[in-house]
Amino acid sequence: MGFLELEGVRKEFATHVAVQGFDLDVPRGDFVSFLGPSGCGKTTTLRMIAGFELPTAGSIRIDGQDISRTPPHDRNVGMVFQSYALFPNMTVADNIGFGLRVRHVKKDDIRRKVSEMLDLIHLAGKGGQYPYELSGGMQQRVALARALAIEPRVLLLDEPLSALDAKIRVALRQEIRAIQRQLGITTVYVTHDQEEALSLSDTIVVMSEGRVEQIGPPSAIYGSPATPFVARFVGQLNVLTGTVADPKAGRMSVGDQAITLGAPLTGAVGSEASLAIRPEAIELGAGEDGAQRLVGVVEDIQFLGPVIRVRLRLDGAGGSLLFDTFNRPGTVPPVLGERVTVSFPSASALVLDATAAAVAASETDIEETP
Amino acid sequence: MSQSPTTIASTVAAQAVATGSGKPGSHRRRRDRLVWWVVLIIGVTYFVLPLFATFQVSLGMTVPFKAYTNTFNDPKFWYSLLYSAVCAIGTILFSIALIVPTAYWARLKVPRARPAIEFITLLPFVVPPVVLVFGLIQVYGGGPPLGLPITSTDLGSTFLLIAAYVVLSLPYMYRSVDNGLRAVDIQSLTEAAQSLGAGWPTIIFRVILPNVRLSVLSGAFLTFAIVMGEYTIANFLARPAFGPYLSFLGRTKTFEPAAVTLISFGLTWLAMAMIALIGRKSRGRVTVVAVK
Repeated sequence: MGFLELEGVRKEFATHVAVQGFDLDVPRGDFVSFLGPSGCGKTTTLRMIAGFELPTAGSIRIDGQDISRTPPHDRNVGMVFQSYALFPNMTVADNIGFGLRVRHVKKDDIRRKVSEMLDLIHLAGKGGQYPYELSGGMQQRVALARALAIEPRVLLLDEPLSALDAKIRVALRQEIRAIQRQLGITTVYVTHDQEEALSLSDTIVVMSEGRVEQIGPPSAIYGSPATPFVARFVGQLNVLTGTVADPKAGRMSVGDQAITLGAPLTGAVGSEASLAIRPEAIELGAGEDGAQRLVGVVEDIQFLGPVIRVRLRLDGAGGSLLFDTFNRPGTVPPVLGERVTVSFPSASALVLDATAAAVAASETDIEETP
Repeated sequence: MSQSPTTIASTVAAQAVATGSGKPGSHRRRRDRLVWWVVLIIGVTYFVLPLFATFQVSLGMTVPFKAYTNTFNDPKFWYSLLYSAVCAIGTILFSIALIVPTAYWARLKVPRARPAIEFITLLPFVVPPVVLVFGLIQVYGGGPPLGLPITSTDLGSTFLLIAAYVVLSLPYMYRSVDNGLRAVDIQSLTEAAQSLGAGWPTIIFRVILPNVRLSVLSGAFLTFAIVMGEYTIANFLARPAFGPYLSFLGRTKTFEPAAVTLISFGLTWLAMAMIALIGRKSRGRVTVVAVK
């Protein structure tokens, strides 16, 4: 039994179903991220846990206690908002101590707790300042401290880093994760940024159109996407379409080039088959023995700093393929128009069924082989 | 396409005229400053000239400032002034109690109701005070249909007067408060307070009200000014307010009305300055966070 449980949670707004059939068990102390595009229902689910929205059906439990109908101020759930939502009329210390004052905690205890929280967020000495005197990152840290000061049973974070610039975002997300580990607090984090979700979470819940697409650890979400949507949404993907040559041996042809996969194929000889390969699974060169090889001409090169992303036009109408190569010192990247061989391990290719391939190929951030 | 030197020169000249780059910057600044001064002088003249004229009239007695000493020695002046000030404070308190929660709730929970609320708050512009006061006397004067003789006692009539003033000040107070609420992310602040364990009274008094303090104060200024100068309703309800006193004075004296006008101006400004000072004493500042 999880510490935070959602069972058959559903939310309707008039005729629109925002969340449906949401089941989740979060163990105590886990960091869970809800990941999905705008409008997928992740924030609505978070707001139901916070008590700002009532579920149309289903139940939400914390430590076995049903809180589905409990008003927000009685849930003891801390929340951090995208817009910080610090009280502008109060100092940093007053903001952090607000929840404790509401609970009629003794003044000395409030002072001690506020000081403890300021140390935790590395803002000792800023207690007397007003929110408008702080940077965005500092304000969000204060918002985090304010939510933690009441020692909530669950901490909820609603896209807390979205309003910050890239560098601060990375630094603050590491800080959030470190604090969460230090306090061992059960945390639910909403984001549309896959990198954030992958780097922070113990478990990721990928959502689309109000439904849960997949729940699992980051490695499983990235490495073994359960649905085409997950494969598309998390990371970048090459989708190669070819024809089955020998289903038992897992052999197929992409254009006029043959490759052999690790597992048997389901289609008959001559039928169409699609497979997905992550760009980082592909390497420049013939690779080790047993690696699958494809040959093509370089048609685009993007310098991305630590990596160089190359687009290859495969020989024999095999379509195009993206792959990344590390920008190591001394690395000589391929040049435009150069004919190169790339390779990938058989096990890194994921065979998609026909529907999955069609959905995946329809997305813009996926390379599809015509 | 090639251009002749003449064409190029004329084009450059035309661009220079268009952008003003041909004029020295100091000329433009001097011209702007002149316009600024002219506008300021016109504005100040429009405002100060009538006051100066009133002051001249108030000095018209043989003994200078006699009109002022007469006024200060008149107990009715002080009584009516105090009565109106008390009514103004009562009106402000009632208005805040009525409008702040209403505007807040409408923005937070029923934004669709806001046009209807705005329409209601604008009704005092449509219904003249004389109609309003006759309606009040008709309904609360003890006759049918209610049979409530509220106007038969001083306290009842004063209460009715304050109620009427609350209605009169609705457009000003509501708009001020609503503008203040618009500048604050009230939904996030409310939810943040709720998640920290705050109930509705705590949210309104410790989170929302302090953040719309300046808007409430500006509504209070306007309300104070309206109540101090109001004549029609106070007169028909037979209340000893400042407006009717001023009118009475105008009909019976020559120079004192001018003196009273200036004194009332001064006292009203003093009251407003005090409210502003109280407002400034409270710390904090409202920031609006841009959310993509």
